[in-house]
Amino acid sequence: MHEVTDRALDTARVRGASYADVRVVRRREESIDVKSGRLAGVLNHETEGFGVRVLVDGAWGFASSHRLTAAEADRVAAVAVRIARASATAVRRPVVLDDRPPAHGRFETPVAEDPFAIPLEQKIGDLLVADDAMRRVDGIAFADTTYGAQREEKTFAASDGSFTEQVITHVGAAIEANAVDGEEHQRRSYPDAGGAWQGAGYEYIRSLDLAGTAERVATEAVQLLSAPQLPPGRRTIVLHPSQLYLQVHESCGHPTELDRAFGTEASLAGTSFLTPDKLGAGFRYGSEIVDIVADATAPGGMGTFGWDDEGVAAQAVPLVRAGVFVGYLSSRETAPRIGRRSGGAMRADGWNRIPLIRMTNVNLLPKPGMSLDDIIADTDDGLFLVANRSWSIDDRRLNFQFATELAYEIRGGKLGQLYRNATYTGITPTFWGSCDAIGDASSYVMLGTANCGKGEPMQTGHVGHGCSGARFRDVQVGVMS
Amino acid sequence: MSAVEPGSERLDPLAAQTLAETVLHLAEAAGATEAEVLVAVGDDALTRFANSEIHQNVAESDIRVSLRFVRGKRIGVASSGRTDPEALRRLAETAGRIAAIAEETRDWPGLPAAEPPAPVEGGFALATADASPEMRAAGVRAVIAAADAAGVGAFGSFSTGVETVAVASSSGIRAAESRTAARLLTVSMGPDDGTGYAEAAAVDATAIDAAAVGREAAEKARRSASPVNLPPGDYPVVLEEYAVADLLDNLGFVGFSGLSVEEERSFFEPGRRIGSELVTIVDDARDPAGMPAAFDYEGVPTRRVVMVEGGVCREIVHDAGTAARAGVPSTGHGLPAPNPWGPFPLHSAMAAGSTPREELVGGMKRGLLVTRFHYTNVVHGKLAVITGMTRDGTFLVEGGEVVGSVRNLRFTQSYLDALVAVEAVASDRRLLRGELGAVLVPAVRIGSWRFTGATAAD
Repeated sequence: MHEVTDRALDTARVRGASYADVRVVRRREESIDVKSGRLAGVLNHETEGFGVRVLVDGAWGFASSHRLTAAEADRVAAVAVRIARASATAVRRPVVLDDRPPAHGRFETPVAEDPFAIPLEQKIGDLLVADDAMRRVDGIAFADTTYGAQREEKTFAASDGSFTEQVITHVGAAIEANAVDGEEHQRRSYPDAGGAWQGAGYEYIRSLDLAGTAERVATEAVQLLSAPQLPPGRRTIVLHPSQLYLQVHESCGHPTELDRAFGTEASLAGTSFLTPDKLGAGFRYGSEIVDIVADATAPGGMGTFGWDDEGVAAQAVPLVRAGVFVGYLSSRETAPRIGRRSGGAMRADGWNRIPLIRMTNVNLLPKPGMSLDDIIADTDDGLFLVANRSWSIDDRRLNFQFATELAYEIRGGKLGQLYRNATYTGITPTFWGSCDAIGDASSYVMLGTANCGKGEPMQTGHVGHGCSGARFRDVQVGVMS
Repeated sequence: MSAVEPGSERLDPLAAQTLAETVLHLAEAAGATEAEVLVAVGDDALTRFANSEIHQNVAESDIRVSLRFVRGKRIGVASSGRTDPEALRRLAETAGRIAAIAEETRDWPGLPAAEPPAPVEGGFALATADASPEMRAAGVRAVIAAADAAGVGAFGSFSTGVETVAVASSSGIRAAESRTAARLLTVSMGPDDGTGYAEAAAVDATAIDAAAVGREAAEKARRSASPVNLPPGDYPVVLEEYAVADLLDNLGFVGFSGLSVEEERSFFEPGRRIGSELVTIVDDARDPAGMPAAFDYEGVPTRRVVMVEGGVCREIVHDAGTAARAGVPSTGHGLPAPNPWGPFPLHSAMAAGSTPREELVGGMKRGLLVTRFHYTNVVHGKLAVITGMTRDGTFLVEGGEVVGSVRNLRFTQSYLDALVAVEAVASDRRLLRGELGAVLVPAVRIGSWRFTGATAAD
């Protein structure tokens, strides 16, 4: 490995780079998809390669290759330098990196059962049992059951002497029951439509008890066909973690990315209403009970690691404290512009992509006092919304609209009428300002998304979100009605 | 063929085909009763700019070798990013091992039969394959110069790439070709919240007029300054091509796929009217006005599919699997195996109409001119209800003229209802990059569009 990293760094330096880093990444992925009793796909994929990032005359260049040879390291480093020189012809503010100590060491995701060592037959069998249990419920039109695992072995070396090695393992699974009647199609998924993922081994898949949950999920899908549509109105809503995590992702995670705030994602994903002038100015993001932290050390999170892809050590960065906006997800390039050091949020989707500021584990901290059940019992008139079905938010992360699979009426603290096609919408700071209850640690769960898209070329990120459920007042619901 | 970047060892179609055949032989030697190999090689580069300067600039060379290994009716798929002999041997072994333990696919139709694809014209441009970082930087500087002249900031990207695809199968398929694509997009952001968008896509990067793209976005940013709030409600709209591309993307996703029809998720029924007589939507990978491809990722020749003709549903797109289960031939819309998402129209196009583009707004008494949509998502698939935001230029039209800029609005709209309400279709079209493939679209005027919310000022 040193042969490739040393050659790339030496060549970059000789050709004029003031800074260079190289990542060598080997990634192994496995996915299984069962559709209504049919094994729709089993995929095993391996890829490896390296990417070289250089700074020349204050401008970035990046090149990558799947050929792991010293000669290719020379070529790719030279291409990166050439690209950087082309970049420098249209640079107005030369890049300045923050000061961080060289990184050294090794990190490995704690794994009890290696997902790649579990026999394939067993993994397929676990999915087929869950699939069968869903399809035994009358009225199920089709079912989808998925499993995935990813392992990344990553070596990082930089011209400042940094050298780290990491082995990061993620696993996920989901079941999905679908019922159809005429123009109505209802889906129920568990734990999440995109699959619940964690930084863990196959023990996490077992803990989900897909087979034991399948019948209930399928029954709910059929029940939704005859449920009334959620009527419009302004209501109190209680969000289950299976919806709240995505609310955190879209309206807390993305707007606190400092590259968005500086406009460098403007042409694709957009910018952020959390502009740097609001930092340190007491900008109220939410109510006083809202504490949000980006924690790359959280156990089980998909944003957990030893060092980010710039060699910055994992850390917990407060984003919102007592409802006040206090911090960003940042990088070595962006943090100095707000007078801070990198919070360690630079992550790349494999060897052939540059690191971008990505969420780590952006968590809404639990509040002692009320469990999620207590919050429902404490709600006189409201809705309990479970499991995301659709999401959308504007380019500054202000106006959002979500749909959930389940919506239960809450009357006098008890769950009642089930509604279908539930939607709710709002403006981010107003919505979080209306948060008057957050569940305690008893319902706190680490979820996340394995398909967070950002950047050009598009990168898919694995990010984590811990949350426990929360209540919001006076929210517009029933937009589809 | 020369290289994207100096010294790069790009695989040409012949070399990719040879590699595919090597893996095919390994699979057959490992006991496959049928086998299919897909080799996909990408050499891509992208120069990204923001705040009127280049801030990211990347190049990559990647390869993916996928093997569908069939043993009777048991199927295993494995893929690798490595091409050394040991990795290829392990690829065949892994796929064979998966097939040995996989459940039988009861309705397995066999691999697609060999049908040599007729070559397509205009899918490859050497100028794109050879595009250099200096060439892309020059294009970016032209965009920035246009933005500077208008007093706005420039943000965007200029990408160039070549994809070489080869398929070899035990049923006799031998298909290989290289395709190129270039895309320049920019968002201009001015003072007083003005933003504008423009984009150009082409097989040949030299066909893109970077300065013109820059001027279009900058002018729109200037015109959209100081937007005002407009109450949500139903408004007639003129959708520019960038917004129409989203209609085709989402309709393709929820409705025109053989798998969505098979699973009863789709609105599609042959003969059902879903649009006005002005609406004709096809998928045609052989149209030289698009981004041509002779075959799909299963090596099946691409075929023109008329999905909507005069507002009436006609056909859907198929891959080998959905086609076999439906008892029809594949239309050549297969994605790489394993593919749980089903086939997808990667070259969709809406037929041009007869209304000069500039008369679309002129024919509207009071309504909105929408440049593009942002972050759309499906709320209800069978009804094709989509939500999303307007972005980068939303304007109020009164008496056939743009009278002012409007703050971005959220919509929750059935795209089927929108097709029914199409009143006019522009006579010219633009080639754009959609979510997954190329789209060729005109601007349209629609009688009613349901806006359900508005964004806020910071």
